[in-house]
Amino acid sequence: MTDINETKLPGVGVLHDFECQSGDRIGVISHHAGRREVLIYDPHDPDRVGECATMTADEARSLADLLGGTSVTARLDVLRHEIAGLSIDWLRIPAGSKYAGKTIADTALRTRTGVSIVAIIRNDQPIPAPGPDEELQVDDTTVVVGTAEGIDSAARLFAGSTS
Amino acid sequence: MILAAIPGAATLLMELGAILLALAFLGRVAARFGIPSIPLYLIAGLAVGNGGVVELVTARQFIETGAQIGVILLLLLLGLEYTGDELTAALKNHAPAGAVDLVLNFTPGLVLGLILGWDPRAALLLGGITYISSSGIIARVLADLGNTGNRETPVVLAILVTEDLVMALYLPLMAGLLIGGEALNIGVEIGIAISAVIVALGLAIKFGNKISAIVFNQSDENLLLSLLGLALLVAGVAEQLQASAAVGAFLVGIALNGPAEHAARNVLAPLRDLFAAMFFAFFGLQIDPSDLPPALGLALALALITAATKLATGWWSARDAGIEWRGRLRAGTTLIARGEFSIVIAGIAVADGIEEDLGPLAAAYVLILATSGPLLARAADPIGRRIHERRSASLPA
Repeated sequence: MTDINETKLPGVGVLHDFECQSGDRIGVISHHAGRREVLIYDPHDPDRVGECATMTADEARSLADLLGGTSVTARLDVLRHEIAGLSIDWLRIPAGSKYAGKTIADTALRTRTGVSIVAIIRNDQPIPAPGPDEELQVDDTTVVVGTAEGIDSAARLFAGSTS
Repeated sequence: MILAAIPGAATLLMELGAILLALAFLGRVAARFGIPSIPLYLIAGLAVGNGGVVELVTARQFIETGAQIGVILLLLLLGLEYTGDELTAALKNHAPAGAVDLVLNFTPGLVLGLILGWDPRAALLLGGITYISSSGIIARVLADLGNTGNRETPVVLAILVTEDLVMALYLPLMAGLLIGGEALNIGVEIGIAISAVIVALGLAIKFGNKISAIVFNQSDENLLLSLLGLALLVAGVAEQLQASAAVGAFLVGIALNGPAEHAARNVLAPLRDLFAAMFFAFFGLQIDPSDLPPALGLALALALITAATKLATGWWSARDAGIEWRGRLRAGTTLIARGEFSIVIAGIAVADGIEEDLGPLAAAYVLILATSGPLLARAADPIGRRIHERRSASLPA
């Protein structure tokens, strides 16, 4: 992520600026009154604004769309479509759970509920994509993916005691 | 005819009309040469005041009242420019710059006053006159030169903010000192006034949202009346507490934010322009133009010294913020302009009559720096470029 400086300009608004990989420095002033100024700093005098374009709030929004805002929205929509009907949740293995000490293969969780364990968080350390031989321990947090109903029954199974 | 019933009404209208037209004409001339209108308004006042070319008779009273409203509107709109957050942030991040500014620029005026053998209070007033840069002129210069986004600009603005806050404490202090009396009484009065300002500032920052919500109204007409009424009332109470009317108006401005702030700026700006012009003209009006030439030499010397100290202030503060030398030069030259607030302080001195040489000196001083400040700020980049070219030319290729 680009490192953006934010500076308050008392009586004017807020200035955001950052340096591009190319070495060009770009800034945007958001005026209290809503107006935006897009700035390109002078390459020979890095503290000075070389070029400046003033635009209304509406025009600034259009520019933001042109610069990639639209494609971000489009991509987000695709993502949302793909995960419709799919849930992600974090389930803890409580003390006394009958799954504690068993391997993922032993639990047969996927067969019973259709839910997959995609990661385990143990002592704040993530174990991504654990193998079927990975043993579950008390106080592990499992990251599970499946249908909402499947995840509900997985949670009930995890909470069930050995007795 | 309704007007005929009031004696002198015709003269009043003609004088006022003529004065406003003259101010408008001078404003156009100023814009033509890229200088602020403040110095020309002063000159207009000088021309029609005591010992001027023509002496105003009837309109003087009206202009005097207008001038008082002008100060209040100037400070109200200045307060509107800032939000409480911006004030505290500027103080937190740029306190050293503010301190350097105070020491370097207050001292020359104070010392000159003492050397001249003035009352120490008059010397303190002269210190205030040389200390405070003109937020109004500088804001205009930054926008005109397209320097608002420059990386040294936050430093310049932070210095202006601290100056305005110092003013909020300095004006009650001077008001207390000028009343005089027993040392203990003065101390208590000033203590009360300054605590009142600090408490009011805290309240303004904390409860600004609520106050703004109450004042705000969709109708511009109603908003104008509410705002002007509130500002005048608070200013009057502040004056009663010896905390200076101007400071009261400034605090009202700080308290307002959000939609109320934005709308307030739109409805009040034209009024401010009208009454502030009267304020500058009224200050000139009180000064006999024949007193100016004798004060000119001293004013020029003081202007040279305090232009140098402001340049040093801007240079040091910008360097402290990691700005390279051309940015430091711009910050320094931008800060040189003195204007409305020096006149506000000088106006207090003239009204009090504490030192009769102070008015003409201050008028000449502001005339010089309000005119040359923006020109120097404009020259900063060409000068920087020339130095840069010379430097790179002298380097072996």
